[in-house]
Amino acid sequence: MGLLSKKDSKLILDPLADNNPITIQVLGICSALAITAQLKASIVMAISVIFVLGIGNVVISLMRNIIPSKIRIIVQLVVVAALVIIVDQVLKAFAYELSKELSVFIGLIITNCIIMGRFEAFALGNGPWRSFLDGIGNAAGYGIILIIVGFFRELLGSGTLLGFKVLGDPISKTGLYAIGYENNGFMLLSPMALIVIGIIIWVQRSRNKALIEE
Amino acid sequence: MGLKQNLHKLKEKYKGTKMAPAFNALHTFLYTPNETTHSGSHVRAADDLKRTMNTVIMALIPCLIFGIFNAGYQHYAAIDNTLRLDPLGNFFTWDNFILGAWTVLPLVIVSYVVGLGVEFIFAIIKGHEVEEGYLVTGMLVPLIVPIDIPLWMLAVAVIFGVVIGKEVFGGTGMNILNPALTIRAFLFFAYPTWMSGDKVWVHGAKEMAGQPDAISGETILGSLAQNHEPVYSMWDSFWGFIPGSVGETSTFLILIGALFLIFTKIGSWRIMLSAVLGALAMGLIFNGVVDAGWIKDGSSFYGLMSETFWHHLIIGGLAFGIVYMATDPVTASQTNKGKWIYGFLIGFISVLIRVFNPAYPEGVMLAILLLNVFAPTIDHYVVRGNIKKRMKRLKAKTA
Repeated sequence: MGLLSKKDSKLILDPLADNNPITIQVLGICSALAITAQLKASIVMAISVIFVLGIGNVVISLMRNIIPSKIRIIVQLVVVAALVIIVDQVLKAFAYELSKELSVFIGLIITNCIIMGRFEAFALGNGPWRSFLDGIGNAAGYGIILIIVGFFRELLGSGTLLGFKVLGDPISKTGLYAIGYENNGFMLLSPMALIVIGIIIWVQRSRNKALIEE
Repeated sequence: MGLKQNLHKLKEKYKGTKMAPAFNALHTFLYTPNETTHSGSHVRAADDLKRTMNTVIMALIPCLIFGIFNAGYQHYAAIDNTLRLDPLGNFFTWDNFILGAWTVLPLVIVSYVVGLGVEFIFAIIKGHEVEEGYLVTGMLVPLIVPIDIPLWMLAVAVIFGVVIGKEVFGGTGMNILNPALTIRAFLFFAYPTWMSGDKVWVHGAKEMAGQPDAISGETILGSLAQNHEPVYSMWDSFWGFIPGSVGETSTFLILIGALFLIFTKIGSWRIMLSAVLGALAMGLIFNGVVDAGWIKDGSSFYGLMSETFWHHLIIGGLAFGIVYMATDPVTASQTNKGKWIYGFLIGFISVLIRVFNPAYPEGVMLAILLLNVFAPTIDHYVVRGNIKKRMKRLKAKTA
């Protein structure tokens, strides 16, 4: 037995692959398309969502017995909004440039379907520790896809990774650019993010046939 | 032992194995298969998919040959402007042909090798026969790209177009978007510097830019979009002695191809005619707007808007798109009434995009892709309308 029981570790590991919020449940697509042009933004977004969903799930789970079910959506919204504002302020204080780049999308974490979905589906019916694991797991599953998409889009679209020119300099023509390689501008447009996610879904389902729906 | 026997032997040898589709395809591409069907109905028609595709390819051959000559001609004429004084006399020369073949044939080869390679791989993985869908696409692709497009870009785009545009939907006959235009659209958005502007349409223009002997290769559309007077006459444009994508410059040859397609009943005359009408209608509207004085001379739209309405049919790739790509039977509307709507909107929107978006001087690509997406919807409403009409008639009869 490790740190977590088998049932608990399933809460974290399942959403990473076989029950991934983006590729299997097809939630949270909008932000995955919008902010994945740069790897850095994807990573920050992933961390932000892990924070919001992890804490949010615990808070909702603690309050689950005292929230009147008629106004539970409003209560959930207040909780997410508070957490999102914290993230937003922290980013503005410590990573101002990046927060400008992510602009409205940090605020729009509120509307990310994964968050409300986990509140509704899990936190309202489970204890705080299990809710916390579920929140971390789902947000990490979301984050992994974001980082994969961000990796390919930044590498192929701008020829950089986290801002480092890994493929050479396109202006002074070094590295790959010396032999005629050019960046693929299409990768920076949102439609290509959709196609990259589609390819991830394709690869995942052809590796694990059980995921294919009839 | 002849080629036919050899192919047949190979086919028999690999029967039932993973590689079978590849050999079957080779065999049936060159010869009529020697097996007969064993069950079911036997409807015989000579124009199967392969023959249909080959007919379209035949209609494209004049454009390809003209494109080869034109590639050379544009290059030499850009260097020595006096050649343009007698286009016909200086057009069909060996110099033009050799330079043109040197630049165009690699595009054709890359397009076919990469595209068919992807098709073969998918056929083997999925275990079905190789489909003929790529035969026409492979010929269209080199004709609709700029002459100097790097070959690796073309290869990447072909892989993208065949996999994402066609195979993910289930292969030939199941695709929503025209694969050739998907490939072009991919190039257009991925590598815009190689796909638009005034330096890509003539061989060598890009390398010579900035040097004393720099050559200009602005297309008519490009000039009009910037309110310049185009340097080519409408007759040049009709015969095709103008810079442009490889095979789309000669409206005359496209017209012949269109007649050939209509005569062999491969291309839909409804789509072609309605698309022409749509383009004319939009052109007339713009002419009317200019005549009414709503658009002033200095406006950035003036050049294209004030262009006489029927010129739109001759300049740019509109004619080529309408004849060879809007009529693609897989992605077009299927109902006759739907074809009229589909075609009309293609012409209409092509000219609209052309005029209002100088960043996309050729609107026909986007217009066809857009209408490809809407074609099933158009069909749906046409069929529903027909059902409604007949229900009414039935009710009137029984009442």
